[in-house]
Amino acid sequence: MQAISKSFGGIPALSEASLEVMPAEIMALVGQNGAGKSTMIKILNGAYVRDSGTIEFDGGPWTAGSPQQAQRAGISTIFQEINLIGYRSVAENIFLGREPRRAFGLLDWKKINDEAAALLARFDVRVDVRAPLEHFSTAIQQMVAIARAVSFAAKLVIMDEPTSSLDEAEVDVLLRTVRQLKAEGVSVLFVSHKFDELYAVCDRVTIMRDGKTVAVTPMSDISKLQLVASMLGRELDEVAKKGATAFKGGTGNVGGELLAAKGIAIGHLVRDANLDVRRGEIVGLAGLLGSGRTETARAIFAADQRAAGDVTFDGAATRFKTPAEAIAAGMGYCSEDRKSQGIIPGMSVAENLTLALMPALTRSGLLDEAKQREVVERFIKEIGIKCAGPNQKIRELSGGNQQKVLLARWLCMNPKLLILDEPTRGIDVGAKAEIQSLIRRLASDGLGVLMISSELEEIVEGADRVFVLREGRTVAEFDHENLTEGDIMRAMAHDDAEDRRQAEGASTSA
Amino acid sequence: MPDRAVFFQRYGVGLALVLLIIFNLAVTPNFATSQTLAVNLTQVCTIVIVGVGMTLVIATGGIDLSVGSLMAIAGALSPMFFTGELFAAPLYVGIALGIVVPIIIAGVFGLFNGWLVTKFSIQPIIATLVLFIAGRGIAQVSTNGDLQVFKVPEFQAIAIGRVLGVPFQVWIMLVIVAVAAFILHRTVFGKQVLAVGGNEAAARLAGVPVTRIKFLVYAISGLCSGVAGLIVIAMNSAADANLIGLGMELDAIAAVVVGGTLLSGGRATIVGTLLGALVIQLVRYTLLANGVPDPAALVVKAGLIVLAVWLQRQEQN
Amino acid sequence: MRGWGISPSMAVVAVLIVLTLLGAWRYDGFLSEYNVQSVLRYNSMFALVALGMCFVIMTGGIDLSVGSVAAFSSVVAAHLSGYGLLAGLLGGLGAGLLAGTLNAVIVTRLKILPFIATLATMLAASGTALLLANNQSVSVSYETGFVDLGQGDLLSFMRPEWVDGDNAGVLGGILGFILSFPTPAFIALAAYIVAGIVIGHTAFGRHILASGGGTEASRLMGLPVDRAIFFAYVISGGTAGMAGVILAAQFGAGQPIEGIGWELFAIASVVVGGTLLTGGKGSIGGTLAGALLLGIIFTILNFENGMGWISLSAYWQSVVRGAFLFVVVVLQAKLSLRQEA
Repeated sequence: MQAISKSFGGIPALSEASLEVMPAEIMALVGQNGAGKSTMIKILNGAYVRDSGTIEFDGGPWTAGSPQQAQRAGISTIFQEINLIGYRSVAENIFLGREPRRAFGLLDWKKINDEAAALLARFDVRVDVRAPLEHFSTAIQQMVAIARAVSFAAKLVIMDEPTSSLDEAEVDVLLRTVRQLKAEGVSVLFVSHKFDELYAVCDRVTIMRDGKTVAVTPMSDISKLQLVASMLGRELDEVAKKGATAFKGGTGNVGGELLAAKGIAIGHLVRDANLDVRRGEIVGLAGLLGSGRTETARAIFAADQRAAGDVTFDGAATRFKTPAEAIAAGMGYCSEDRKSQGIIPGMSVAENLTLALMPALTRSGLLDEAKQREVVERFIKEIGIKCAGPNQKIRELSGGNQQKVLLARWLCMNPKLLILDEPTRGIDVGAKAEIQSLIRRLASDGLGVLMISSELEEIVEGADRVFVLREGRTVAEFDHENLTEGDIMRAMAHDDAEDRRQAEGASTSA
Repeated sequence: MPDRAVFFQRYGVGLALVLLIIFNLAVTPNFATSQTLAVNLTQVCTIVIVGVGMTLVIATGGIDLSVGSLMAIAGALSPMFFTGELFAAPLYVGIALGIVVPIIIAGVFGLFNGWLVTKFSIQPIIATLVLFIAGRGIAQVSTNGDLQVFKVPEFQAIAIGRVLGVPFQVWIMLVIVAVAAFILHRTVFGKQVLAVGGNEAAARLAGVPVTRIKFLVYAISGLCSGVAGLIVIAMNSAADANLIGLGMELDAIAAVVVGGTLLSGGRATIVGTLLGALVIQLVRYTLLANGVPDPAALVVKAGLIVLAVWLQRQEQN
Repeated sequence: MRGWGISPSMAVVAVLIVLTLLGAWRYDGFLSEYNVQSVLRYNSMFALVALGMCFVIMTGGIDLSVGSVAAFSSVVAAHLSGYGLLAGLLGGLGAGLLAGTLNAVIVTRLKILPFIATLATMLAASGTALLLANNQSVSVSYETGFVDLGQGDLLSFMRPEWVDGDNAGVLGGILGFILSFPTPAFIALAAYIVAGIVIGHTAFGRHILASGGGTEASRLMGLPVDRAIFFAYVISGGTAGMAGVILAAQFGAGQPIEGIGWELFAIASVVVGGTLLTGGKGSIGGTLAGALLLGIIFTILNFENGMGWISLSAYWQSVVRGAFLFVVVVLQAKLSLRQEA
């Protein structure tokens, strides 16, 4: 793939990105959220059409009109969300769409089941192929998806975060399968955030950032740290550039403990997350994608129920059942996904802004519209929300202004703690600076802030303290003083498993 | 996004109503009489009352198929109180009980719908199917399927009595429409209903009590059905569990959809539902008054529903 | 069907057998040839409608129009019955297929929610039926043999005399029973067998189940999702049409206002038979068992009243149906909630 560009509604997702996979090669594809990986994959497998650029596949120019067409030509994609039919049997899922038949167009069940079993046996998977797929673990379902791809005579298999919901033993099985594919001459494009896996199976790595391909190198030539630095676009020993963000001021009047979360665990994604926030403090929560940042935040806010762990908030142990209870106790949470978890698109700025406050804005049971307007207008002015007026529909606002409305939704509640998940993602530079300085101002007024961000400069400059999560565990805590981006990257990238492997001297064929 | 579709979606109902009235004034003899007005309003009364509850349910992204059956339950139970069948009570006490108790019972059945929808996360169309089937059976069983004929003018006044020359049921309808429109647009509850339908995940994260809201809209839908059931028996001076509210779910949904409420939730208009019901009724009236047989009106109604939903889709795309 | 999915349908079959045994033990004449034949004759219409509904529900849709489509078809069939058995049969069936195609077009082309689409078709079919019938029932012709479709026994011509003699014995009893199997039941049974093969042993059948089990995943797999959904509605129209033909033949008239509530009976049969209302998983055999189960409950209520012990009105049947639906739907929901957790 050469010089691929693609934009959505004028916003470029890919600009002149390129990607090359050799026959029987396992190529890693890494990048931060929004780097353009998934757009790249979707152009390759026909889900999107590129704006410009050229693609060659199997010795000729290539354009996929649809995922089905790509599949027939030999490009199969295995998504994180397994795109198979859980109710149908394992064998059927492999052969759906081109089932072997007997006379009169009847299905040859014996052949379907036998061939499916034989195919899976090649990957050392021995299960009852007649049982519904949903009865099996995610790992087996992944294998079935791979078997389906192979049965299509795939030349290139794209795996989009295949291991994100697997446990360690299952990951081993999957990686073995990937190597088996390579041994059979199939190329693999492997997208993952787990570096161990990349080093274990991949030959080369393509690193993407901001819609561009920034590096292509053999896996053995790059350290984990360099990989992280390259993904984030930071120099390794770079000292934080002062003033790159608008978090002016610094630790001001930090007070006593406000929130303490210990041993938070949810499924595979969060295993042992620990953090605490003090009054008047901005605490950064850093980690690569899939490190469990958002899940931890949601568990604290009771948006999801945690499996284990203790949360102490405002001096009391809590076990909130719903976000409403967390809100009543003085929390607020801005989701990273503004569109599907934040705004109510069809409602006005005023309604969105006061959605949480509304029950308090009543006069004898009725919504006190005068009071509502007063609150809304105050916040529109105070934090500079650019809109035609309180009655404008929120969906017509820019991303930055939508985010300001969502911030105001909590600020008007006078919360004690605000959890901000990627507060400046997808927001133009001007609004970004405004939001950053607003967060700092709020903290100096005594608000506790827990800020998740993928932008290291935001974490390094904005946060008074930083926790780093890796694979669902809190692995480091830093103070603002003398903190560099390199420190955080080292914590994100470092992995005991690497040491262990080196100690054992076990060499993994790459 | 076709602007024309948006235009029709927003103002289509009102426009259609005006055009129908103009057409009838020009073509249909004796159209501009209070008699015609009363006939048409009486025809839509129960549909609009049920439609109000349905509008709220649909505003949360749900649907209530059980309304007709709940009408039957309320209608079948009511006469037992004031005909002295269950117990002897002073007439007005009996009537009061015969109005209040059945409506409350219908509301409780509505809560049952809400329970299925929220507690088990069953799709509303399936959850309310249970009472759609069983509800009429309950009504039939409790009356043994018998027609209960009565002549209690004091009770029947709720449908056929007149105030200022307008049938009392029309007043009930107008009051319910006004109150519901007020609730939907002026109260926290109304805003929360729309928020749940507009983006349930976001509403939950903003502390909106999603479960309680859903419970309430299904209960309100039940209460509205109860009221409509009583009006039907008062009009007929008889309660027939087999027939009360039969097919009402279709009429109510049709009125709501034609009125411009989004089937996917998040945008709702109570007045639109009133207009929608009037349009459907007036189309039927126009066809009948001009010699088109009644069944043909059904076919036209089917076309109207498909058109209204199709326009919604165009707008959403 | 295959392997694991069999359990819910097995449960229905078990309940069906238990109820049948209970009926046989408790009531005289419950298993008499006459009673069994009349139960089968009457319920074959509902079984057919439930069969088509099963196809639609398997795709994750719903068809609320089946009752009025059956009524519409009965009117068409009655009108055409004078031109011969075949004319009536094909006319009624064609009317049903036409209505089914209308549903299919609205759902797959206009992309309108199935319950709204089929609701509209319900109104349209009902209106058309009343127009064609001039608001009254339409007598069928008794001269063309059309009524045999509803009232006849397909194999009765083969019935040897000795079967009805005094020395018929067990063998004669069984043979007589088979030979007096009513024609509509044969039609329904044949439809179920064909449907079972289509769902279990053809690519089309598997695609119907796949489309309901995961529409987006099926599209990504390159399955002809829209085509599968399209034909599910056509089939539902067809079975409703056939039910309409039998309705007209059995009662000697096309009945424009029959069919009210049939869709509920059909949905309840399908769901009680173990098919997921959300689509993707289902059983043809279970649907047949579900339809028979609901039918037999009605029969038992009749017999119970006949015994005079208690007086349960026939109206209990919809309460019982609703209760069955409630139990099954809650169980299905609990199961899927547990899987998500």
